[in-house]
Amino acid sequence: MGNSFSFTKPLLETPFHERTYEACYNNDWYRWAGYKIAREYSNTELEYTAMRNTAGVLDITPMHKYDIKGTDAIKFVDKLVTRNVTEINSGQVMYIIWCNEDGNVIDDGTVFCFNSNHLRIFCAERNLNWFSDTAIGFNVEVEDVSDTIAALAFQGPLTCKILNLLNVKDIENLKPFYFDKFDLNGCKVTISRTGFSGDLGYEIWCKNEDAINVWDSLFTFNRDYKVLPAGMNALEMVRVEAGFIQPNADFMSAEQALRPNRVRNPYELGMGWLVDLNKNYFTGKKNLVNLKKKTLTKKLVGLDIQGDKPAIGSVLYDKNKKEIGIVTAGMWSPSLKSNIAFGYVDKDHMKIGSKVFAEIYHPEELEYKKIWAECSVVKKQFFNPPRRHKVPAEI
Amino acid sequence: MPKTKYDVAIVGGGHNGLTTACYLAKAGLKVAVIERHSYVGGAAVSRELHPGWTYSNCSYVCSLLRPEIFRDLELSKYGLQIIPYEGSATMLDDGRFYAHYSDHDLNYRSIAQFSKKDAEAYERFGKDVMRQCKIIKPLLKMTPPDPTSFRPKDIMGLLEFAKYFAAKDELGGLGEKEIYDTIRFWTMSVRDYLEEYFESDIVKAHLAGSAIIGTALGPYSPGSAYVLLHHYMGEVDGTVGAWGYSRGGMGSITKAMAASLKANGGDIIAGSPVTKILIKNNRSHGVVLENGDEIFADKLVSNLDVKRTFLKVVEKKELPDDFYNAVKNFKIRGSSGKLNIALDDLPIWKSIPEGDPAGTGDLHITQSIEEMEGAYDDWKDGRWSQFPYVDMCIPSINDPTMAPQGKHYMSVFVQYVPYNLADGGWTEEKRLEFGKHVMGRIGSYSENFNDIIKHAEIRTPKELEKEVGLTEGNIFQGELTMDQLMFNRPIPGYAQYKTPIKNLYMCGSSTHPGGGVMGAPGANAAREILIDLKKQFNSHYI
Repeated sequence: MGNSFSFTKPLLETPFHERTYEACYNNDWYRWAGYKIAREYSNTELEYTAMRNTAGVLDITPMHKYDIKGTDAIKFVDKLVTRNVTEINSGQVMYIIWCNEDGNVIDDGTVFCFNSNHLRIFCAERNLNWFSDTAIGFNVEVEDVSDTIAALAFQGPLTCKILNLLNVKDIENLKPFYFDKFDLNGCKVTISRTGFSGDLGYEIWCKNEDAINVWDSLFTFNRDYKVLPAGMNALEMVRVEAGFIQPNADFMSAEQALRPNRVRNPYELGMGWLVDLNKNYFTGKKNLVNLKKKTLTKKLVGLDIQGDKPAIGSVLYDKNKKEIGIVTAGMWSPSLKSNIAFGYVDKDHMKIGSKVFAEIYHPEELEYKKIWAECSVVKKQFFNPPRRHKVPAEI
Repeated sequence: MPKTKYDVAIVGGGHNGLTTACYLAKAGLKVAVIERHSYVGGAAVSRELHPGWTYSNCSYVCSLLRPEIFRDLELSKYGLQIIPYEGSATMLDDGRFYAHYSDHDLNYRSIAQFSKKDAEAYERFGKDVMRQCKIIKPLLKMTPPDPTSFRPKDIMGLLEFAKYFAAKDELGGLGEKEIYDTIRFWTMSVRDYLEEYFESDIVKAHLAGSAIIGTALGPYSPGSAYVLLHHYMGEVDGTVGAWGYSRGGMGSITKAMAASLKANGGDIIAGSPVTKILIKNNRSHGVVLENGDEIFADKLVSNLDVKRTFLKVVEKKELPDDFYNAVKNFKIRGSSGKLNIALDDLPIWKSIPEGDPAGTGDLHITQSIEEMEGAYDDWKDGRWSQFPYVDMCIPSINDPTMAPQGKHYMSVFVQYVPYNLADGGWTEEKRLEFGKHVMGRIGSYSENFNDIIKHAEIRTPKELEKEVGLTEGNIFQGELTMDQLMFNRPIPGYAQYKTPIKNLYMCGSSTHPGGGVMGAPGANAAREILIDLKKQFNSHYI
């Protein structure tokens, strides 16, 4: 990648950089795991709209990728994560979270099963040490392959159509949370029907040397179907609409929190459905069994907020103006024409339909307008169109 | 000599003595600082020992100076400026070097060159040490409550600390686990501590340096991990653990303090070595100077270390025997040497390329923790380390006032150097031989170092003791080990800046929270004195 160590280049460039650099008119870069990723290419609203209307292309190369190889690969992952993965099939993807022994969430990610001796975990935070420590005693090798695989998220309603036009054979029959090997414009690639947008979409994994070819191919039909590269700002919008939470944004990773009370367990994050207490021992199980029995004191919920001013960073109150929590992510949703957010609420306001209040400070020409906005507690998954799940996918 | 009687006289014009004096003067008291030398500063001085060059010839970098004190004493107004600097590096014999950068991503990649696991572990290490810094921060400003006392003040102090420890907002509600961690951290060896995080020798060696600087402990000695914390708990503008230069050398700190003191009506009586503290009926009331003059004050404060105070200037007959014995047993062992070098040019390093920001910070020479322990073994055997841990910096890269244009000043801190040599004590020849040995070590890492030396001041613990008055040349006015920290510092039962002599207080680094150019002992002592005088302690520091 031409990325040997130099103090003049604190940030690495992905194999797509030649293209992303050309497309990033705003020259506005975001740091993601030591890589330079466009925050905004030219217009966040248009980049967002591409993902909801045609297709958007996101460089997700900085995602951490860990190969798990060996006869105990499945057993190892089953000890690591809260979900039962023993039944995973070749070609299947599972959404997973893993906790520390206290039962607090370290990170989330996806696991890809190539075969029973080879799995691969994708995640947002670095986990080499955690995985390696867990691997002791298993016949398994954990290898950080992050730098060897280039990756694009290709998200939006026209993605299947475009891949089909590119002669990616049988792509429409790839089911959500499955992956396979395909031929794309002469390159051998792995495509999974996964993504962070909560819409129809794919993630394309290729060799570094094929990156430019793969990138270019996705824009082949741009005259008819306007595909845009999308930056991190647009990604943030779609992921909130989709109800996906992020470590160190919506909760502090249990291994990174400086203050012990900032960590969260899966139940507090609304991820109880990912915890299988009936499966064999896994890291955190003992404490999760106890936590399950306890009444939750706080929970991350979806909020539908009055008015149109985003509640970013707002404090949440009950009707008596008692502080009950905080908003972790908030936005005006163009698709829903709603003011949506994720926020923590206390035990009296966790139920869907509960009413809480957000104190929003909205800047208006050097003055702050203080808005007291009523919020309804709703499901975090704000946006979930049928086309996301349809098989075969729309061509 | 004016025959004025002072409310308070401070013996010794180091940074802590000046800090105490400033707070007392600001509270409206008539205050004098009595200093042996013609200049103030103690171990925080800037001295022109070679024409055109300014040496920070004792302490050389600044991080621990509490920002509240900076603010209270208006040190900016009196010319003090702290310049943050970038990075640090450790050079290895095989031509490799490990560089540490303030840029998070660059630093990750720098460590990853040696070990990806260590690069990741550094995040956890940083978080854990930061948590310890947060725990200790409020303790620095506290007069240590005595856990054996039932006085309301001590009980309140203990409660206050317990409350802080458990507070939800400040520290995020520390639980059992964090208490275990804290006790382990305060008592472990730095080698064992780093072993829990890292696998690469060079990463461990680089980080272990902070645990042995100024300390007569080796990296394998229990208690050395705390010394690392002591060097990490400072800050530059909110960046915890960052270090900076004081513009114009470390003397700018004490010069600014002296100016602040004068502006508040305080006197500085320089060139006046105190030979005796006058005591009558177990109460101190003045001092006798070398020339026979006497200065009288209602209260006296000693900025001298606890041994110098009670073994040299207070007469034995005035002291309880158990206290006297405890003072005699106080550990204050010299273990460090210092070279201050005027350079004709910038050194060119064999390993670190020109322009690398890591090369503008502190540069270390050491191969491994094992080598550092070997260096400590030499010290125990009464000889300077054959392979010393060397901590160098070139302040003139960042501070244009330290050397003539195009020339440079290099500060070289050397660990370990004994106070007494096994083969018959220090001589002038041995001092020069020691200097030559260290410069030879540095020279082997540089293309041009040997050719650009214009002048070198070579200091062993003997020189440090002779010039600054630090017993045995211990830079912290006493070891920073658990038996001598908190309510045990300097002497159990006398950790609250008071002494067995009425109206005689202590304010130096021998007292809590210990050494480093921090000012906290001085400010804490001032607060205790003002409480005794039923006066207000006005500070951002509370």
